[in-house]
Amino acid sequence: MCALNNKITVESKVETVRDRTLFQQAWNQFKRNRRAMVGLWIIATLVFILIVTILIDFLTDYSIYDSFVIKQNLRNKLAKPSLKHFLGCDEFGRDLLLRILWGTKYSLLLGFSAVSLSFLIGGPFGMIAGFYGGKIDNAIMRVMDVFMACPFILLAMAIVAALGISTTNLLIALGVSGMASFSRVTRASVMAVKDMEYVEAARAVGASDLRIIVQYIFPNAMAPILVQITLRIGTAILLVAGLSYIGLGIQPPAPEWGAILTSAKMYMRDAWHISAFPGLFLVTTVVAFNLFGDGLRDALDPKLKK
Amino acid sequence: MIQYIVKRFLLVIPVLLGATLLVFTIMEFAPGDPARIMLGNDASLEDIQILREDMGLNDPFITRYIRFITNLLKGDLGTSYRNNLEISSQIFQRLMNTMILAGSAVLIAVLIGIPVGIISAIKQYSVFDNFIMMTTLFLAASPVFWLGLMLVLLFALKLGILPPAGMKSGFPGLLLSLILPALTLSSNTMAIIARTTRASMLEVVRQDYIDTARAKGLKESTLTVRHMLPNALIPILTVIGISFGSLLGGSVVTESIFAWPGVGRFIVDSISFKDIPSILASVVMLAILSTFVNLFVDLLYAFVDPRIKSQYQSLKR
Repeated sequence: MCALNNKITVESKVETVRDRTLFQQAWNQFKRNRRAMVGLWIIATLVFILIVTILIDFLTDYSIYDSFVIKQNLRNKLAKPSLKHFLGCDEFGRDLLLRILWGTKYSLLLGFSAVSLSFLIGGPFGMIAGFYGGKIDNAIMRVMDVFMACPFILLAMAIVAALGISTTNLLIALGVSGMASFSRVTRASVMAVKDMEYVEAARAVGASDLRIIVQYIFPNAMAPILVQITLRIGTAILLVAGLSYIGLGIQPPAPEWGAILTSAKMYMRDAWHISAFPGLFLVTTVVAFNLFGDGLRDALDPKLKK
Repeated sequence: MIQYIVKRFLLVIPVLLGATLLVFTIMEFAPGDPARIMLGNDASLEDIQILREDMGLNDPFITRYIRFITNLLKGDLGTSYRNNLEISSQIFQRLMNTMILAGSAVLIAVLIGIPVGIISAIKQYSVFDNFIMMTTLFLAASPVFWLGLMLVLLFALKLGILPPAGMKSGFPGLLLSLILPALTLSSNTMAIIARTTRASMLEVVRQDYIDTARAKGLKESTLTVRHMLPNALIPILTVIGISFGSLLGGSVVTESIFAWPGVGRFIVDSISFKDIPSILASVVMLAILSTFVNLFVDLLYAFVDPRIKSQYQSLKR
C-alpha cells in the first residue's frame, strides 16, 4: 500500500514537471538570478511610481501636478537638499524629488512605446524576410542596411527636425530609427525555426503561410525578440532623455529627466543637486532594464548565454 | 586580398546611395517653403515663384535628388538658409573637429577598455574584476550628457584643472580642452569594450592551445599578448566598429555640453533655425563618415581573421 502511495506521488511529481509551461520554466530560471531580480524590483518600483503619479493626476484633476510640479515658487529657488525637500529645489523653486517622480512616466512610457513601435514596424519585415528568403529577403534586408548606415540618434534627429518637435513626432522618430535592428533580430529567429518539423507538419496539413507564421513560427521565435525588446528599452530611455536634453524631445516645463538637466547646466556652480539626481534616476532605470534583459536572455535562451 | 577590399568597396555604394536617399526623403517632410523662408514673409507670390524656379524646387523629386547627389560628388552641399553661405565651407572644419573628438574617444575607449578587460578576465572573480564589472555596468547605462555634466562639475568647477567647455588650439590647449569631452564620449564605448574583451578572453583562456603553450613554459605575459589576445580580438573589433556609429551620434550631445565646434552642434543649431539644407548636408556627411568607418572595420577583419584571408587566397589558387 505504502509502495503504491509512493508510486503515485512520484508519478504526480513527474506529472507536475511535465505540466510546467515554458513560461514557468523560464520564470524558475529567472528567479534564481539575483541580479535580474534586482532589475525586476527596480522596474516594478518605477512602474508603481508611474501608476501612482498618473492616478494622483487623474483623481486630483492635475491640481497637485500644477501647483507642485509645474508652478514656480521662487522663494525656494535652488534650495539645497533638506528634510523639507529631500533632493532640494530647482531654479524655479520646484521640489526636485516631485519633479523626478512625475518625470518617471515620460521615460518609461516613451521608452516602452518607442521600442514597441520599432518592433511593430520592423518585426513584420523581418518575419517576411526570414520566412520567404531569396529575393524578398535580400530586398528587405538591403533597405534595412540603409537604415542601419545612419547613426540611430542622427536619424531620429533628422525625423524630428523634419516633422517638428512634439511627443508624437519623437515617438515616430524613435520607432522608425529603431526598426532596422528589430527586423534583423526577427529575421534571424524566424530563420532558426522555419525549418523545424512542426512547421513542415503544419504545411503538410495545408495551413496557409499567414497561419504558419502567426501560429507556429512567431510563438517559437519570440524568445530572442523579447530579450531584444527589454534590452532596447534602456537605450530608448537614454535617447528620449538625450533628445530632450538638446531640446528636440519633451519640452519644459514638463519634468522629463533629460529636460530637467538642460536647465540644470546653467546652475551647476551653485546647485549641483539639480544635475546630479535626475541623472542618477536615469542610470538606475537603464541599469535595471539591462539587468532584467540579461536575466531574461539567460532564462529564455540558454544558447545566447555567453 | 585585393579582391576582398574591392568587393567591400563596391558594396558600400548602394548603401551610401540608399542612406542619402533616406535622409533626403525625410527632409522632404519638413514644412515651409524654402523660397518663402529665404525671401521673408513680405515677398510677393511672383517673386517666390521665380525663386522656386531658380532653385529648381518645382522639379520632380527624383530630379532634385539626382541633382543633390551630383552636387554632393562635386563637393557642393548647397546653401544655408540661415546666412546664405555655402554649407561645404562651414561644415568641413566642423567635420574635422567632430572626427578629432570621436577619434580621441575611440582611442581612449580602446586604450583603457581592452587592458582593463584583459586583467578582469585573467583575474576573474577577483576584487578588481568585480569592481570593473560593477563600474562598466553603470558606465554603459549612463547618459552621455549627464556624465559630461558630472565631469565638468568635478574637474572644471570644483578642482579647476580642466576647461569646462570650448575647443582651444595649440599644443597643451587643444589637448586639455579635449580631455573632458573625449572622456565623456568614450564612456559607454569603453564600458562595452571592457566587457566584450573580458567575455571574449574568458572564452579563449579555456582553449587547449593555451594549456599547451603554458606547458611549453611560456611566460604568462607572452601567453596573454601573443596567444590569447589575437584570438579574442574579432568580437572586440566588431564592438568597436558598431560603437563608432553611435559615437558619431553621441558626439551631437557631447558637443552641445562642451560647446565643441563640431557637426553635431551645427545640426542642433540648424534645427533650431529650421535650416533644412544644413541639416540635410550634415546628417548625410555623418552617415557617409560612419559608413566608411564600418568599411574600414570590415577591412580590418581581413587582417585580423585568418579565415577571411585564407578564403580569398584559396580562391586565387
